[in-house]
Amino acid sequence: MSYITVKDLSVGYDGVAVEKNINFTVEKGNYLCIVGENGSGKTTLMKTLLGLRSPLSGQIEYGDGLKKNEMGYLPQQTVVQKDFPASVKEIVMSGFEGSAGLRPFYTKAEKEEAAANMERMGISDLAGRFYRELSGGQQQRVLLARALCATKKILLLDEPVSGLDPLVTAQMYELIAGLNKDGVTIIMISHDIEAAVKYASHILHIGSDIFFGSKNEYLKSSAAKGFLATEKGGEN
Amino acid sequence: MLFEKLALYMQYPFVRYALIVGVLIALCSSLLGVTLVLKRFSFIGDGLSHVAFGAMAVATVAGLSNDMLIIMPITVLSAILLLKNGQNARIKGDAAIAMISVGALAFGYLLMNLFSTSSNVSGDVCSTLFGSTSILTLTKEEVALCIILSIVVLLIFILFYNKIFAVTFDENFAKATGVKADGYNLLIAVTIAVIIVLAMNLVGSLLISALIIFPSLSAMRIFKSFKSVTVCSALLSVFCAFFGIIISIVAGTPVGSTIVAMDAAVFAVCYIIGIIKY
Repeated sequence: MSYITVKDLSVGYDGVAVEKNINFTVEKGNYLCIVGENGSGKTTLMKTLLGLRSPLSGQIEYGDGLKKNEMGYLPQQTVVQKDFPASVKEIVMSGFEGSAGLRPFYTKAEKEEAAANMERMGISDLAGRFYRELSGGQQQRVLLARALCATKKILLLDEPVSGLDPLVTAQMYELIAGLNKDGVTIIMISHDIEAAVKYASHILHIGSDIFFGSKNEYLKSSAAKGFLATEKGGEN
Repeated sequence: MLFEKLALYMQYPFVRYALIVGVLIALCSSLLGVTLVLKRFSFIGDGLSHVAFGAMAVATVAGLSNDMLIIMPITVLSAILLLKNGQNARIKGDAAIAMISVGALAFGYLLMNLFSTSSNVSGDVCSTLFGSTSILTLTKEEVALCIILSIVVLLIFILFYNKIFAVTFDENFAKATGVKADGYNLLIAVTIAVIIVLAMNLVGSLLISALIIFPSLSAMRIFKSFKSVTVCSALLSVFCAFFGIIISIVAGTPVGSTIVAMDAAVFAVCYIIGIIKY
C-alpha cells in the first residue's frame, strides 16, 4: 500500500474543475515534484491532498500507516504572516497543536523536540527572535521546523523557494533533500523545472497534458519536452 | 483634594461596580482583539455591535424585562454568520458586514422611534450608541453576571491560547495537521459576541470596536511576539478603562468616550515609541 493513492481526481473551486483525471501514487520515501504552468491547479491539488478542499470527483486514499492529519505543510506565505507578531519559538511550537487535542499546554517532550527540529533546520540561534524581522530564507526554515513538529512522515511544500535569492534557494533545496534522505517523504510544488529534475524521484506534470512517472521517464516524455523548451525559452 | 474626592466616590458601591465591570470588560475585549486584528476581522466587532443595537431596540419595543435574552442570541448568531461569510469570500464579507451593520442601526432607530414608550427617544438612542450612565447604575446581579462571563472568557482564552495562536497565524496549516480550526473560529466568534454585548453597557455600541482594536494595535507598535503583544494589550486596556472611568467620574465626562479617548491617546504614545525604537 502506498502513502497516497490518487485515482481519477478532479480538483477546482466552486464546482468548476481546474484539472481533471489526475492519477498518481506517492510511496514512502519518495520526492515528488509537481510542475506545470501557472493556473494549472497545483496549489488547489495540494490543498485537496491536505483535506483543505474536498475533491470534485475521484478518490484520495491514504495508506501505509499515514493518516490524513499527519501531513506537514509549508504554505505560500500570506500577507498577514509577513507582519505577524510572533517569536520563532511560538511558531515552531504551534506545529504540535494538531496532535495536542484539547490539551492546553505543551509538554516537556514537545519542547525538546521543537528544539531538536530548530537545530536540524539550523535556526537554534533564532529561537528568541521575531518572525517578521527574519529574512525570507530564515522564515521558510522556521516554517519547515514547525512542519517537522507536526509530522516526520511527509511534507507538502508549496513553492518553498519563491522570493528567495539564488544562494538561499540552493541552501533550501539541499535542506529539503537532506530531510528526504533522512526518510521524510516530500511533495513539492515548483516552478523551477531544473531543480525538480535534479532533486525529485518522481514528477507529476499537470496542465494540458498530465504526466506522472519517475524522473527518468519524465525527461523522455512529450510533456517534459514542451515544458522544458518553453521554460528555457522563457529564461533566455 | 483630588484624592479626597476619589476616596469619597469609592465609598459608593456604584462606583466600585463600574470600576470592576469596566476593567473586566476591557480585559476581555483586548484579549480577543489581538486575534481579530491579526485575522483582519476588526470590522466584525463593529458590525456586531450594530447588530446588538438593533437587537436591543427590538427587546425594548417587545417590552422584555431582561433584554439580554434577545440581544445575546441574535448577536451570537450574527457573529457565526459573519465569520462564515468572511472566510468564504473576504470582499463579499466586507460588503455584507457594512450592509448588516448600517441596516441594523437604521432598523433599531426606526423601531425605537415608532414604538418608544419613553418621552426622550433621542436621549435613549444616544446613550445606547455612545454608552450611557448605565454603567453607574448597575445592579448587583448585573455585576455578578459580568464577573461570571468575564471569568468564562478568560478561562477560554487561557485554555485555548495556543490553539488560538495556531489558528490565527496559519489556519490552513492548522487544519491540515488536524486542528479543528473551524471549531476554534466559531469559539472566537461566539466569545467576541458575548464580549460585545457585555461592553454595550460600558461604552455603547458605536464605541465597542475601539475597545477591541485600540489596545492590540497599540501593543503591536511596541512588542513583537504574540505573548508579549497579548499581555501588553490587556494591560493597556485595563489601564485605560480604569483611569477613563475615574476621570469621567471626577470630571463629569461621558464614560464611554472618555475611555476610548484614553485608548486613542495611548495608541498615539505607543506609535511614537514604536517609531523611535525601530
